[in-house]
Formats: sequence, C-alpha cells, structure tokens
Amino acid sequence: MPALSQRHLLGIEPLLPGDIRTIVETAKSMKSISKRAIKKVPALRGKTIVNLFLEPSTRTRSSFEIAAKRLSADTLTLSGTGTSLSKGETLMDTARNLEAMAPDAIVIRHSASGAPHMLARILEPPVINAGDGSHEHPTQALLDLMTVEERKGPVKGFKVAIVGDIAHSRVARSNIFTLTKMGALVWLCGPATMIPREVEQLGARVTNSMDEALEGADVVMMLRIQLERGSGSLFPSVPEYAATYGLNRARLKRAKRDVVVLHPGPINRGIEIASDVADGEFSVILDQVENGVAVRMALLYLLITRPEGRGGTA
Amino acid sequence: MTSDPIRNSAPGTTGPTPRLVLNGDDVRRALARIAHEILEHNRGLNDLALVGVRTRGVTIAQRLQAEIRRIENESPPLGTIDITLYRDDLDHHLEHPELRSTDIPFDLTGRHVVLVDDVLFTGRTVRAAMDALVDFGRPRTIQLAVLIDRGHRELPIKADYVGKNIPTAPSEQVHVRLVEEDGADEVVVTA
Repeated sequence: MPALSQRHLLGIEPLLPGDIRTIVETAKSMKSISKRAIKKVPALRGKTIVNLFLEPSTRTRSSFEIAAKRLSADTLTLSGTGTSLSKGETLMDTARNLEAMAPDAIVIRHSASGAPHMLARILEPPVINAGDGSHEHPTQALLDLMTVEERKGPVKGFKVAIVGDIAHSRVARSNIFTLTKMGALVWLCGPATMIPREVEQLGARVTNSMDEALEGADVVMMLRIQLERGSGSLFPSVPEYAATYGLNRARLKRAKRDVVVLHPGPINRGIEIASDVADGEFSVILDQVENGVAVRMALLYLLITRPEGRGGTA
Repeated sequence: MTSDPIRNSAPGTTGPTPRLVLNGDDVRRALARIAHEILEHNRGLNDLALVGVRTRGVTIAQRLQAEIRRIENESPPLGTIDITLYRDDLDHHLEHPELRSTDIPFDLTGRHVVLVDDVLFTGRTVRAAMDALVDFGRPRTIQLAVLIDRGHRELPIKADYVGKNIPTAPSEQVHVRLVEEDGADEVVVTA
C-alpha cells in the first residue's frame, strides 16, 4: 500500500485520489476493531497525540480521542476558545509549548481558516485539520465518503446534492473537493445569500431550487443551519427556510429510490431536516458517527507511521 | 508486498541460485501429516480451531481444514488474523504494510487454537499473532503449525507442527508458493 503523498492532513484539496482511496480502505479495516470485545490494538503504543480544540466541538473531539485510544496512543486534549487574545499570537505561543511535549501528531480545530497550515509550517509532527474556520473539515468529508460507499459503492457518476449554507460551511468545501476528485457530480443548493460566487470553479453546479437539486440524486447531504453563528441573518425567517430548503419525505421522493441522506450533526430537527427523514430508512447519520472513528484511526495510523515521509518528501 | 523483513516469505522473483526444497507432492504430504498430528495431539477435533495468519497462513489453514475433514468427516472452524497493527516494526517500513481484515467468527475462549503460518523465521510474526489472538478471547491452548521452519529465532518461540525444517542463512529468502495464489505448490530458497 502506498504511503500518503502528504505529511499532514490540512485539507482534501491537496490530496490525490489515491490518498483518499488509501484512507478509506484503511478505515474499513479499522472499523472492525470497534466491534471487538477488546476494542484496542497496540499499533500506536507509546505515541502521544495532542488534540488542540480552540473552538467548541463535542463529537469531532470525542471521535479523535476514541480513535487515538483504540490505537493505544496517549492523548492530551487542550481546549479553549482563544478569543481574548489575538489568534495568531496565541497559536504561535501554544505551538511552541506543544513542541516541548514532543507529540507524534497534532489535531487542531480552530475558528481561523489556515490555522493548521501555520502549525504545519513551524512544527515537525504531522498536523491534522479537525476543522478550520470556513475553510475545510477533511475528516468529515472522508467519513461521508466512506459512509456513502458502504451503502452504495463507488461514487463515480453519482449526483450528490449538498443543501444549506454552502458559503460558511467547511464541511461543504471538503465534500466538494472529495466528491469531485472521486468523479461524482456535485449540486450545491441554498438561498443566494448562502452560495459563494466563485464556487462553480470548484467543479460543482449551483441551483436555488431544492427540487432541481434533489431530482434523481443518489446522495443528499444536508448542512446544519448555524444559528449561533448568525446564519439567521442570511434568510428571512426559520420557518421560511425550513419550508424552502428543509428536507422532508415528500421532497425526498424526487431523489433515487435508494438515496442516502447525510448530515454532519448536530441536527436541527424540523429546520433543515424533518425528524422522520433524520430517523428514517434513507438516513445514514448514525453510520457517519461510527465511521468517523474509523476514518480518524486510519489517518492517525497512516500519518504517524508514514514511511520515509518523516524526513519530508511532500 | 515486496520485501518484508519479518515475514520474509513474499513470492518475489527467482534469485540467482534458487534451491527447490519442497515440490508439490512434498507440500501435500507435509500438510497431510500435520493434519494427522494435530488430530492425534488434540485427540480429535473437540474444541479445536484453526487460525491462519494473513496471507499465506490462511491458505495453508484452509488446506489443513480440508485435510482434517477428509480424515474425520468434520472440520474445525477457521479464522483469519491480520497482524499488521500488532507488529513491532511499524516505524521501519518503506511502504505501508497493507492492512487487511481480521475475521474470527467464533468464540476463542476455551478452545485449542492452532495458529497457522507458512514460514517460521524470527518468531516476531507469531508473537504479534498471539497478542492479537488473546484480544479476542482466552484460548485454552495456542499451538503453532508452520509449513517451513527456517531457524534464526529472535524470540523464545517453537512450532508444535512443522512441515519441514530448512537450514538457511539469515540473508536468504524462503518463498512459499501455493496453487491458490501462485499457480503451483513449491518452496524455493534464494540467496
């Protein structure tokens, strides 16, 4: 199996399709470990992983922690919002302190786009982006791909609708990169205020009509309306958004009969997704959570034991 | 998989001075004998189970299972184990060893488990396989069956059933070829 072309996972954009394949195939093997009586293998015994979560996160942080523990690595989780000080300064200081702990990998979630890239420039160990601002959330896109493939096989030629606040969504960006690299056709859908102008250059199609996006779709990815981040100012009212861009059973009938519905969570029931869809037979939302651990195990394993690359070929 | 320092049994191309140590008939007879020995030692197949180490150990375990069925009209359950995540040399590779699945579809606890591999060399693979096995349960005993014992142990490990002992130099390579994967049964030593 070839080593990854990258020393770090800063985003999906720099990855080769072969890298994505390697990560997902490794994740499939990792998944079975979570089903054993003893859910632990010694692959990363004696390695230290620092989780630097400078923005609130529950599921991604716990997913990375479980992933590290299942591989027998030691973890140190630092959290804090980092809002009181200038972010650049704080991060540089934090980075220098981290270096002294000799970590074997650093996982970072930060509200500023590009924060992981800055760490990767000054630190030796591999850096994994666990979500940076509105830039990328690569592990989410990889677990989404794994989840879709598990149900439906390779995504090449699939119509994938991504619905919601595309402009502020790192999940959407990472998914656009992943899906287009793997040969799927991506449709982006949302109110005009939530669609970034340049987005068609990424190889996606854009529509403001939910019906057009859903027509014949193989996969529907719903994005969370981030009311706590002021998404509310981008549309007239929550009920109107739900009526226009919310996913319900009637609307889903336009999609293929074997459509799968994804959502990165946490879901706003009755806003972007109706409860009977979220809990229904097309939903793979809980598979996503389970596969998240497997994908993060795969990445920690592949990056920390990466052959040759520790000297830095990429 | 090209050169694999622990396993050292990759198919590979024929080197400068290949030495045929077992032909197809030899392999068949050795496995038939091992099947008899396993049954004799364990007095039948009560609580017996076979676990093959990926990848050629699995093929050999399947052969042993078929051989035992021929003798007893009944066959022991068969599992497969991938030791990649239990290796002690994950940091020293040029390529990522391919991660394959481990599949043990029965409870190991209380069973007599025969671990099956193609070549016994340093013993590190067997050490890793035993660590992996005990994560799945508590076998009553773990026994070891190998087609080839080539010496040069680095750990205190000994096989219970051996197809053939072959004296080798540490630098030599032992290639086990099997019909299922390579089209013919033979064991060749190259420099």
